[in-house]
Amino acid sequence: MTYELETAANPEQLRRVAIDPVSRVEGHGKVTILLDENNQVHQVRLHIVEFRGFERFIQGRPYWEVPVMVQRLCGICPVSHHLAASKALDVMLGIKQVTPTADKMRRLMHYGQMLQSHALHFFHLSSPDLLFGFDSEVAKRNVVGVAGAHPEIAKKGVLLRKYGQEVIRHTAGKRVHGTASVPGGVNKSLSSAERAELLKDAYQMVAWSRDAVQIIKQLHTATPELYDVFGHFESNMMGLVTPTGDLDFYHGALRAKDADGKIIFDQVDYQGYMDVVEEEVRPWSYMKFPFLKQLGRENGWYKVGPLARIQNCDQIPTPLAEGERKEFVAYGNGKPIHATLAYHWARMIEMLFAAEMIKDLLHDDDIEGKDLMVTGTRKPGTEAEGVGVIEAPRGTLFHHYRVGEDDLVTMANLIVSTTNNNQAMNTAVREVAKKYLNGKELTEGLLNHIEVAIRAYDPCLSCATHALGQMPLEVSLIDAAGTVIDQVTRNAQGICRIE
Amino acid sequence: MSEKKTFTLDGDDVAFEPGQTIIQAALAAGKYIPHLCYHPEFKPHGSCKLCTVKINGRPAASCTTAAQPGLSVESEIPEIQDQRRTMVQMLLVEGNHFCPSCEKSGNCMLQGLAYDLGIMSPHFPQIFPTRPLDASHADVFLDFDRCILCELCVRASTEVDHKGVFALSGRGINKHLIVNAESGKLADTDFALTDKAAQVCPVGVILKKRVGFAVPIGKRRFDATPMSVVIAEESKTKETV
Repeated sequence: MTYELETAANPEQLRRVAIDPVSRVEGHGKVTILLDENNQVHQVRLHIVEFRGFERFIQGRPYWEVPVMVQRLCGICPVSHHLAASKALDVMLGIKQVTPTADKMRRLMHYGQMLQSHALHFFHLSSPDLLFGFDSEVAKRNVVGVAGAHPEIAKKGVLLRKYGQEVIRHTAGKRVHGTASVPGGVNKSLSSAERAELLKDAYQMVAWSRDAVQIIKQLHTATPELYDVFGHFESNMMGLVTPTGDLDFYHGALRAKDADGKIIFDQVDYQGYMDVVEEEVRPWSYMKFPFLKQLGRENGWYKVGPLARIQNCDQIPTPLAEGERKEFVAYGNGKPIHATLAYHWARMIEMLFAAEMIKDLLHDDDIEGKDLMVTGTRKPGTEAEGVGVIEAPRGTLFHHYRVGEDDLVTMANLIVSTTNNNQAMNTAVREVAKKYLNGKELTEGLLNHIEVAIRAYDPCLSCATHALGQMPLEVSLIDAAGTVIDQVTRNAQGICRIE
Repeated sequence: MSEKKTFTLDGDDVAFEPGQTIIQAALAAGKYIPHLCYHPEFKPHGSCKLCTVKINGRPAASCTTAAQPGLSVESEIPEIQDQRRTMVQMLLVEGNHFCPSCEKSGNCMLQGLAYDLGIMSPHFPQIFPTRPLDASHADVFLDFDRCILCELCVRASTEVDHKGVFALSGRGINKHLIVNAESGKLADTDFALTDKAAQVCPVGVILKKRVGFAVPIGKRRFDATPMSVVIAEESKTKETV
């Protein structure tokens, strides 16, 4: 199934339909579909057409600049990059544990991030499809339409997101692209006034998050013929869990399960992530395709993010979210749920978990502590190294750096959450294309089915493109008559060839 | 007791001591005149031209012009502010100033001045010069991308530290800050973190290693109040930059 519908046998004979750009996602991507004269689908690809290159321009910069610089990858989940980089550089500095205040401030920042990102995705980006229907009137299929038809739902969505942003502001210094997490700890804790301000609304956010779970649960269970089968495919799943198997967005070890829910590996220290995960470059996309090494390219690809996390863990350490998780798992009747639209249900359970964690952390006096930083001893030698992994809103996020004796970064490798879901998203759109598009005249509503499948993953396409150096390129010089005069290609191994 | 002599700055009387320049007298009176290469502990340099004012209708650098009784000095007038804005915009494109990840952000005088002047974009095409940074020193790193050629480090290293670690080289658009060592590397000089030259950079060129972003947003020097107000307030009690 991995390569089915990826490359058509005779593309030159086929009609090309493009969805460009894919809307209501972060970043810029497009989908191309190749069909024959009978509208049978022969090829479907999700292309990531942005190019960033952060891995390269971090090189040569001082390491303490990295958590602040690298978060500019994204305006939606910068906190995840900020913290993953900080965690990697803690390790590089030989720091085993930051102070309780630093740990809890970072966690609070991250749970604020999860809350705002999940709220944004569900209410602003996806709820128009789910509440109005995938092929409903396009002019109303947006958050303004939701505000008109369901003002209470829209209001909660806006205020949940706002609250998450306020948590970030007080913990990171500002709502987007703060600077509070530094290698070795944090540069601030909460003041009593900041803590009181956040506590004031914390319980309301838990209540609204519960409501959000009920909305999506009712939608899912009321229409299983759609929600259970739309974009359904089986795959491995990966994410972080604690030593006791708890869900934890900030820290843990890697666990992967197969499509039947059996453990592939567990409690893998992410410092050795390269022993278990490998990336493949394919010539038609800027986004790499990671896979589990022990299963190989064809069978080793996996899902990350809410659907994987909720089913990868043994329990959620907050009562309300754990109750919802149990109900979710029970819905699968003993089998893992692989329905693409179940991502939404899982995501709202995670949002509830984040709200509960924020409330609990705000009751912990450590967040007003003054012990913010620790120092470590760097490994002697020419290069020090560290890996930081975190569960970002969209899934497992890897940051890996090497730093020279002069304190400058010599190597950076980022495997961004959305990259982990690359094959899964491609498979989802192919499944949807096969089921809903084959043999039909294409309409906007039908094409939106493809986008609905992509949206379920909440992809952040701008974050995910870092294949600089290995990126295949083709440059053509074409004269006024349209004749190709010259062509230079660079393949996935970086080898250039002049035609 | 003799009566203090005064000049007017934008219509307000400013008293001065004999020997004071216009900017010295203005700052002592808590009145801000924009500047980048001026520093109260060093002789006036007159190179950045940001402190240019109109004195009796003629433009002149306020850091190099002696205060005299009865002068009419105009600083915050549209004509002068427009020129300052243009000069700062030119500085912003001549180097590689990336405020979002610069640890000097919030404490940087170039950034503070740009905010004060209402600069929302660099306006001119970026030159993107190639200026490799120098991290060879154990305690300090140099990010030449941010240099505005104010020569404060050159003056501090020569006049106070007596080491002559820094100099400017080249002419015109090719002028740049260099390190006075055969290798060109800071590690091959006797520069130390305690040197005066390590304390005077108004932007983010000379920075102590491994402590970046120690001060949270909101607590940095120019976070809560515009730089012009901060410096004016501080100058009432002491000479400052």
